[in-house]
Amino acid sequence: MKTNLAGPAAELRITNLVKRFGTAAAGANNFMAVDNVSLTVPPGSFFAMLGPSGCGKTTTLRMVAGLEQPTSGEILLNGKDITHLKPYHRPVNTVFQNYALFPHLTVHENVAFGLRRKGEPDIAKRVDAMLELVQLNDFGARRPAQLSGGQQQRVALARALINAPQVLLLDEPLGALDLKLRRQMQLELKRIQTEVSTTFRPVPPDQEEAMTMADTIAVMRHGRVEQLASPVDLYERPATAFVANFLGKSNLLEGRVTGTDGALLLVETHGVALRLPAANRPATTTNDLLVGVRPEKLHMAAAGAQLPASHNKLQATVTDSSFMGVSTQYVVRTAWQQELTVFTQNLGVDGMRARDTAVQLHWDPQHTFAVPRTGALPETEEET
Amino acid sequence: MAQAIAPLPAAASPHRPASHQPALLFRVWRAITRNLVVFYAFLALLYIYLPVIVVVIFSFNDNTGRYNFTWQGFTLKSWLNPCGVSGLCPAMVKSLQLAALSTLGATLLGTMIAFAIVRHRFSGRTATNVLIFMPMATPEIVMASSLLALFLNLGIPTGFGTILIGHILFNISYVVVTVKARLQGMNSSLEEAAMDLYANEWHTFHKITLPLVTPGIISAALLAFALSFDDFIVANFNSGNVVTFPMFVWGAAQRGVPPQINVMGAAMFIVALGLALASLAMQRRSA
Amino acid sequence: MSTVPARRGLLSGTRWMPYALLLPGLLWLALFFVTPILTLLSTSLQEGSISTGFRLTWRIANYTDAFWNYREQFGRSILYASLSTLLALVICYPLAYFIAFRAGRYKNLMLLIVVAPFFTSFLIRTLSWKIILADSGFVVRVFQTLGLLPAGGRLLATSVAVVAGITYNFLPFMTLPLYTSLERLDASLIEAAGDLYAGPVTAFFKVTFPLSMPGVVAGTLLTFIPAAGDYINVRFLGTPAQYMLGNVIDSRFLAVLDYPTAAALSITLMFTILVLVGLYVRRAGTEDLV
Ligand SMILES: Nc1ncnc2c1ncn2[C@@H]1O[C@H](COP(=O)(O)OP(=O)(O)OP(=O)(O)O)[C@@H](O)[C@H]1O
Ligand SMILES: [Mg+2]
Repeated sequence: MKTNLAGPAAELRITNLVKRFGTAAAGANNFMAVDNVSLTVPPGSFFAMLGPSGCGKTTTLRMVAGLEQPTSGEILLNGKDITHLKPYHRPVNTVFQNYALFPHLTVHENVAFGLRRKGEPDIAKRVDAMLELVQLNDFGARRPAQLSGGQQQRVALARALINAPQVLLLDEPLGALDLKLRRQMQLELKRIQTEVSTTFRPVPPDQEEAMTMADTIAVMRHGRVEQLASPVDLYERPATAFVANFLGKSNLLEGRVTGTDGALLLVETHGVALRLPAANRPATTTNDLLVGVRPEKLHMAAAGAQLPASHNKLQATVTDSSFMGVSTQYVVRTAWQQELTVFTQNLGVDGMRARDTAVQLHWDPQHTFAVPRTGALPETEEET
Repeated sequence: MAQAIAPLPAAASPHRPASHQPALLFRVWRAITRNLVVFYAFLALLYIYLPVIVVVIFSFNDNTGRYNFTWQGFTLKSWLNPCGVSGLCPAMVKSLQLAALSTLGATLLGTMIAFAIVRHRFSGRTATNVLIFMPMATPEIVMASSLLALFLNLGIPTGFGTILIGHILFNISYVVVTVKARLQGMNSSLEEAAMDLYANEWHTFHKITLPLVTPGIISAALLAFALSFDDFIVANFNSGNVVTFPMFVWGAAQRGVPPQINVMGAAMFIVALGLALASLAMQRRSA
Repeated sequence: MSTVPARRGLLSGTRWMPYALLLPGLLWLALFFVTPILTLLSTSLQEGSISTGFRLTWRIANYTDAFWNYREQFGRSILYASLSTLLALVICYPLAYFIAFRAGRYKNLMLLIVVAPFFTSFLIRTLSWKIILADSGFVVRVFQTLGLLPAGGRLLATSVAVVAGITYNFLPFMTLPLYTSLERLDASLIEAAGDLYAGPVTAFFKVTFPLSMPGVVAGTLLTFIPAAGDYINVRFLGTPAQYMLGNVIDSRFLAVLDYPTAAALSITLMFTILVLVGLYVRRAGTEDLV
């Protein structure tokens, strides 16, 4: 099976990719849909692109597929430049956002389409095997209009996969499904991936999905890649304020580097000294930065309580709390009137802290990250 | 002026169930208006069918004089001898030839234009759209007389060829509009998907685009055929001594209308209805 | 994604491709539509007769003479066409509404049934009306019994018959665009409107009718234009007292061989219709007809 279906997974390298569109309002070719994107997707990896709607994910995928010509930049597959190849000369296949199944062909013919064009042998047998893989053996004679949404999606997947592409591009393929089907399809994709070992490149519709599926994630915004990293790194060490708040919530404090202490960086925030791993210092020349910590990494202690000496500490006052079952979410206010969010696990040790209670926040310096101050825009900006 | 046929209607969209219970008063009102509409539609249908019924009835008239205006008794003789009137069947053949050739020409030219408009960027788009719209905004008599003026000025003798030129001309715009609508309704991601699946431009056109646009092209061709077949005005101005079927009817109306003309009219209605019903049945089955 | 313009480019082929596709068709239109209209324009400014030949003398008076001599027929063309268009709208709107909203799964069948009669030849249909409206026919007798017509009154050879015939003959041109635009409407939108506005009548005029405007505009144009140029209905159902501009152009061109007058009248008709259509389309706010 594996030898039958699998294409040799390939490394995909994108360098300085730019795509401009002309907009009627502002004249010719001045809208940057994709703005100087560079990234490398390792062979056989499960790679996802994330970002708010309109940030350029589909446009990037279309350029990789050859459906859109880049304004500039290069796309390399296994070191070979494919930037200007016609789509039908690229060993790359796409699962379209709307599936784009051919309405006038049967499921079987849809899946067979690519093999027929390439003039490969044993088409009927291979199509049957592929339909079995996506559990649609009995649907070969149907037309796409006679399938459910989930079935259509599996046909789209089968139609792309059967060509053993070196890279499979999935553009929001799970977006149209309900939650249960989505979970099922995720598992299916994983299973199929292990079976055929193709590089997957999905654009999942929500963050959570990307976190659970991908080995590597690129977060895009305004046509740029903000950060390319593993899900853990993205979450624990976001590179920008945008990433810090796009994947989960972060508390960001304005700070200034004052020195180092071994492997730790010393930062002063509104008169409070904080420490974080020096490796987490952003690559900027200024000493101004934003210090970040995730709400669940913060511990809350009564005012005056003894705290671990190595921890970062902040004084604050509770302004709001909401009980959420496994955890409680607090909003606290610092001395300089900044609101921070704290998640505490409900271990049943202390009761809820009332409004206006003075508390101490403390956390492990290892859980602290830092991002540049530039581009730190209000969170609401990116809501779509 | 010729008559339009229905561009083959798309499959009926699924019935949308009412999502809520309207207020009682509203329901009463709606019951009244609903039946009013049904009643009204029935009257309108009667109006539409009255002339056809008369045509069919009088095709069985056993008329003796020149005129076929009063009922004189039932007979099948006109149906059994449709070509019994001299000149009728040759005119019919001429009309069919004209319709077939002009359909071929206009469908080809119009489909190409539709593709260019929907699928390509080019300068002069507005001018092109105006040029295509203009013939539809021009009364046929103006088109017919201007063509005659041209042929007179150039000393071109009128005849079969000049009618054909006119018919292709007025059909092009209708073909463009019909095919364009179909093309615009077609998602271009289907063609992109084909290219993504190793189909080159020609295969994409041949395997995906063409099959999907074909219903639109067929509707356009049927429309062109009907418009050409039924045209009197352009033919009357530019026919020379060629006689088409509508011209034959025109002449007969001055001299006396034989029941064979009614036979032809009834047959056209029956053939059109039969074809339409058959295509509808086929749509049902494939859906 | 609906705001993103259609993605072109990939299938466009070479740069000269669109021109190659356009060329034959547009050439045809240029040769056999634009040139004839220009020839007609030139003919309309000529003087002479068929025996002495015609010469271009830029005689503008051809227009004023023609217009003045045939102002009645001209007025009748516009009047009859307007009346017929209005009548056709009143007849077809409920019909199209019925098919779009009440015919359920028989929509397409109903549409075919409505359009099928128009496949019998235009001229045959009109002749059929001649039988129906004949002095001894049942329509006249019914009208006379009801007192709508005086004894000995007739329908044939009157304006009523002519307008009725024109209205009838162009019904499909009204029905199809109306149906298309009504069919696209979301029925739930109309129901919602029924809740928001007091009654269905208000709802109809506030929601359904405005939303079907593109169909109304297309239908009225497609009816008005051929109706204004028609002369067949008058010939079969009317008398010279009902002659329209089409009849004059027909006889000037083909019988009297007075080409300049016929050409001037044709150009005037075309120009008038273009102006009326332009004004109408601007008022109705739908410029997206082609
Ligand atoms: N053909 C085009 N012409 C002009 N602008 C375009 C075109 N295609 C895309 N854009 C613009 O480029 C930007 C990026 O579009 P893209 O489809 O890549 O977004 P996306 O990240 O896939 O968004 P979503 O998550 O909503 O699918 C958008 O602002 C879009 O409006
Ligand atoms: Mg997208």
